[in-house]
Amino acid sequence: MTIFRHEMRRGRTALLVWTAGIAAMILICIMIFPEMKEQMESFSRLFASLGAFTAAFGMDRISFGDLMGFYGIECGNILGIGGALYAALLGILALSGEERNHTAEFLLTHPVSRTHVVLWKLLAAAAQIILLNAASALAAVLSAALIGEVFAWKEFLLMHLAYLLMQLEIASICFGISAFLHRGGTGIGLGLATVFYFLGLLANLSDKADFLKYITPFGYADSADIISEGGLDPALIAIGLAVSAAAIATAFYKYRKKDIAA
Amino acid sequence: MDMICTKDLTKFYGKTRGIEHLNLTVGEGEVFGFIGPNGAGKSTTIRTLLGLIRSTSGTASVLGRDILEEHEAILQEVGYMPSEALFYSGMRVWDVIRLSAGLRQKTAACLAEARILCGRLQLDTGRRIEELSLGNRKKVSIVCAFMHRPSLCILDEPTSGLDPLMQKEFFDLIEERSREGTTFFLSSHVLSEIRRYCSRAAIIRDGSIIACGTVEELSRTNAKRVTLHDASGLIQKLPGQNIRDVRADGPSVSFLYQGDLHLLMSLLADSPFTDLTIAEPELDEIFLHYYSEKGGDLQ
Repeated sequence: MTIFRHEMRRGRTALLVWTAGIAAMILICIMIFPEMKEQMESFSRLFASLGAFTAAFGMDRISFGDLMGFYGIECGNILGIGGALYAALLGILALSGEERNHTAEFLLTHPVSRTHVVLWKLLAAAAQIILLNAASALAAVLSAALIGEVFAWKEFLLMHLAYLLMQLEIASICFGISAFLHRGGTGIGLGLATVFYFLGLLANLSDKADFLKYITPFGYADSADIISEGGLDPALIAIGLAVSAAAIATAFYKYRKKDIAA
Repeated sequence: MDMICTKDLTKFYGKTRGIEHLNLTVGEGEVFGFIGPNGAGKSTTIRTLLGLIRSTSGTASVLGRDILEEHEAILQEVGYMPSEALFYSGMRVWDVIRLSAGLRQKTAACLAEARILCGRLQLDTGRRIEELSLGNRKKVSIVCAFMHRPSLCILDEPTSGLDPLMQKEFFDLIEERSREGTTFFLSSHVLSEIRRYCSRAAIIRDGSIIACGTVEELSRTNAKRVTLHDASGLIQKLPGQNIRDVRADGPSVSFLYQGDLHLLMSLLADSPFTDLTIAEPELDEIFLHYYSEKGGDLQ
């Protein structure tokens, strides 16, 4: 529990900055919506005729003219990219950061087992991601209230649940990698999150690239699919959970026997 | 009970040697010195004992407990001071101490002791970690290593960065705790420290112990480094078996002298010279000495 409190305290500033950034972007986005709605006709025609881009962002399946559609595409991207990058950073630095900053020697010469350290660090990362997502969702609800609109609750909650799971999966994968690193790995984390994001875009572009949605966690965190289908894809979610579990198990296994760099 | 006991402890980092067949025993209540040049394996030994790295082969026990099986129980009773005292940046000194106490789960008792230690070491607990000099970070390390009153303290080059007054305070602390029964295992480059404060010592070189014994035993064989200025001819008068490693540098000549110091002094008294230094040999020279004694073929 000491480790959990310590992690939360250390991550506080980053969490506040990322949350404030994402919440502010969502607020601005939603503030634009009333204007969008007025010009819906022309916009919809414009966006529907962007060809490949229309598909990539899912604009062929949902409408920009209603709040949920607009929110799914615009805010989906904000929370998707922002949250994924944040989750990747949290995960990749969780264990390797201690060695990069030479604090592992301090932490691990206290009477705590490696398993204990991994467990509480993992829980702290998950808690921070959950807080970021809860705050972002709250910011969206409040922003919508400001412009006098209401979300379609089922779709809204499903979408946010999918984004949360996506971020947790990315954090888990990075956490697993983190157990192998000796010198941080910010680049690896950010790179991985970005690659996953673009794989998600590609999967929407062409039927031939459809298989990519089984690889990237963005596959199930696709607002357009969620809103048009009214549900999550259980197969994709199951794959995501399995990958997360495997990554976490790897972290526990590897870190228990890892030689800590001086 | 042996506080530390290693049997053929070996650690390779891939193909690079850390330590090889290291055998070492530290008894209860000892202040044990661990001497060796950089890269000899001092930190590798300590880090293996603490479970930061896993040995390649061999076994070791600390406080009678196996280092792999009972790692946490060992750490409960061990205080460790790393050579690089690095902490979480952004935290204040007292936060670090409180974190350390929290991880030991004996928070109240630890913090009471920590307050006393901070006072003795004149450590300002309100300062931020990143503002601290090496010496002040070392003090934080000392507090964290001592506050839970461990039965064994493992100190890796503890005095680097501490000013002479603090070094004295630090060794006073070690002597007090030693009288109360705490065992100390301290690695160092500084021979005078080991000679003054340790009861026993081991010398490590190239990953193995090359000499181990009481400090008297180890220093009895110690040679002196004699440097003479403008002393032509004296060197020929000295008995050949007593001098080694003669280095001539212009008008000055320097050599390691081992044997009866009175003989040296009487010879010097009858010789011309403009300047004279007799000093403890450098650490490396002592290693040379041990090498020439234990393994003549290595010369």
